[in-house]
Amino acid sequence: MTKSAIIIGGGTAGMETASRLAHLGIEVNLIEKQSQLGGHLNSWDRLFPNRRDSKEVHEYLEHGMNDAIFLHLNAEIDILRHESERFIVKLKDGKELNSDALVIATGYEVFDAGKKEEYGYGIYDHVITSVEMEEIFRKYKQKNLFEGMASKRVGIIHCVGSRDEKAGNIYCSKLCCVTGVKQAIEIKELMPDAEVFCFYMDLRMFDRYFEEMYFEAQAKWGVQFIRGRLSEASENQDHTLLIKVEDTLTGLPLKMKVGLLILLVGFVPNPETRRLAAMLGLKEGDDRFLCPADEHTLTNSTTIPGVFIAGTVKGPAGIASTIADARATALQVADYLKVQK
Amino acid sequence: MKSFGYTISKDRQINFDANDFEITRLIDAVEPSIMLCMGCGSCTGTCSAGHFTEFNIRRIHTLIQRGEFDHLKQEIMKCMLCGKCQLVCPRGVNLRNLILSIHTALETFGI
Repeated sequence: MTKSAIIIGGGTAGMETASRLAHLGIEVNLIEKQSQLGGHLNSWDRLFPNRRDSKEVHEYLEHGMNDAIFLHLNAEIDILRHESERFIVKLKDGKELNSDALVIATGYEVFDAGKKEEYGYGIYDHVITSVEMEEIFRKYKQKNLFEGMASKRVGIIHCVGSRDEKAGNIYCSKLCCVTGVKQAIEIKELMPDAEVFCFYMDLRMFDRYFEEMYFEAQAKWGVQFIRGRLSEASENQDHTLLIKVEDTLTGLPLKMKVGLLILLVGFVPNPETRRLAAMLGLKEGDDRFLCPADEHTLTNSTTIPGVFIAGTVKGPAGIASTIADARATALQVADYLKVQK
Repeated sequence: MKSFGYTISKDRQINFDANDFEITRLIDAVEPSIMLCMGCGSCTGTCSAGHFTEFNIRRIHTLIQRGEFDHLKQEIMKCMLCGKCQLVCPRGVNLRNLILSIHTALETFGI
């Protein structure tokens, strides 16, 4: 008899897990709440570190979708149950699905920048998030980024909503650093006369070619890095922003006017994950991301047999590691189904 | 008038927009490798002059990038151009030439 799996979440992790499982001859039901697959990948213009078009990765993932995968778009889960080695999912439209295994790939949400009130997001005109910056890159590639702005200086703020107990997140989102450096370079590419400043606490250029991007930003594009966390931003009459930080490498407070302020918003767990986890009795960590069965050796399975986790439900991760993780999850699911009666 | 002993403290804040970057631009143009600094401080950690005086080449360089030049002339006189800083710099910054370019810039601007 054909074994089956239900995958919740049709982003990068869900799509790749589905593709691999289908390839292994397992029947897959893929549930996605949006009207299209791709998740957060769809909101990127170009990807770090090589600045390739995100659409290329989307096309790759889309290519893995085939007839053995039953897609449920615009689908929301009403009830999730675990009954004698079967998983039963009731969708809000009344549809009922069941399977031998379950994969949770519900991903993350970006931090709500409005919670850092002192940064003025949602209050001042030219304070935007890194997600909105990607949208600007996608839509207005040829346009003057600074149209209607009184200053061509850009401030990029690292760690917005990350490493911040006041924001409720003490963990590092780890990919904002490289996103900031990528966007700094892209702004200089588009507008060579712009001045770009990154305000950081630590630069965590942990992955391959990340440090090289940081080097390129300094050597080729003259991007300046000031070590210090933004303490407050206020708007001037001409709609420029006055920002205050400590320049910790000189030990002096510093104030500066910028035309545009980009907030590098971090990862937060998708609240939907918490609801699903509660229905199953799955464990979440202090950071509210889901816990694997073992931190080193069983990172794709959970404490419940038949329930697997893929991608950013476990914490911040980039595209490459999410795809690799999804494949590992698919293999774990297949192994589980093989020995299951 | 009776003096009550009050004084006005000088503002310590770096007011980036009020600063003049002409000197910075000249120094950066003479020795562009200084843009590669990542603030690690290995130059200052090994500096012979820094062991005996308050000379801090990493901080001087950072201040120059912020347009701050107070006491710059007196400060760089403490450097003996031994070049140990340059040997340890992980980004290959030509620090000796930085010192020389600061001298040149100060002369050019008559400081």
